[in-house]
Amino acid sequence: MITLSHYLVVSGMLFALGLAGVIARRNILIIYMCLEMMLSAANLALVAFSRFRVTPEGLPDYAAQSLVFFTITVAAAEVAVGLAIIVALFRAKQSVDVESVSKLQG
Amino acid sequence: MPSLLFYLFAALTLGFGLMVVTARNPVTSALSLAMSFVGLAALFIGLDAYFIGAIQILVYAGAVMVLFLFIIMLLDIKEEAGKTPNYIAVGGAVVLAIMLALQIIAVATSYPAGEQTTADVALHLETTGAAMETAKTSLPTITRDLKEGTLPDAKLMGHTLFSRYAFHLQVIGLLLLVGAVGVVVLSKRDKEAAS
Repeated sequence: MITLSHYLVVSGMLFALGLAGVIARRNILIIYMCLEMMLSAANLALVAFSRFRVTPEGLPDYAAQSLVFFTITVAAAEVAVGLAIIVALFRAKQSVDVESVSKLQG
Repeated sequence: MPSLLFYLFAALTLGFGLMVVTARNPVTSALSLAMSFVGLAALFIGLDAYFIGAIQILVYAGAVMVLFLFIIMLLDIKEEAGKTPNYIAVGGAVVLAIMLALQIIAVATSYPAGEQTTADVALHLETTGAAMETAKTSLPTITRDLKEGTLPDAKLMGHTLFSRYAFHLQVIGLLLLVGAVGVVVLSKRDKEAAS
């Protein structure tokens, strides 16, 4: 049977995959996608806790699902602003490689 | 949720997640991420979070991924052919990810409440509906659905968001407005720099 641990393990593995992508890749767009993946992994853990922490009334805990709703909204706003910054960066550098941005490097 | 479906959708989510990290072509990465989000939405629906599952598909797999694809194609980013990956970063990432995953797995499997299945924490829809009807603590449409034995997920979400979290919802609306204005400001070409 599927327990809460199963969902938490999937969530943890998805988060670890996203972290690996952020560290290993050099394309800033792919780093950004991996960030989105990490946010979604946290959402999965929240939804799993919401379902397994049934309130005294016998319903799922909707406080956790509201937090997931807010996270998705903030992530959507963040993607819009972040992609605008990436476009501005591409205009300045003609590249999306993170190693091309080294002006502040000592 | 039946075990087979859970393993199918978990494999879909993690398999396409791995493709996002390993694919050389950014378009492949973006489409894999969209598929990964579809698998994740299926897991949400398996957890009785129908509304969250629906907005995961609408907002993430729909709007966000289309925005990513649009930017990838607008900037015309080619495959990173010929470039060797930074092997120190790749090795460090693999080691760190495996260590983090093992740590999370160790915590998640030793957590006492983690042994529960969804059958252990069953929802009591009919009794809740009857209790809500006598106490008149919720909306008639919610109590009617609950008494019929269906979970009115979107209605309960809406009720929570617009009563308990009404202020937070307005703050989020303001954040979206600030985000929209910020995007316009950021993507406006500087006239002096352009000439």
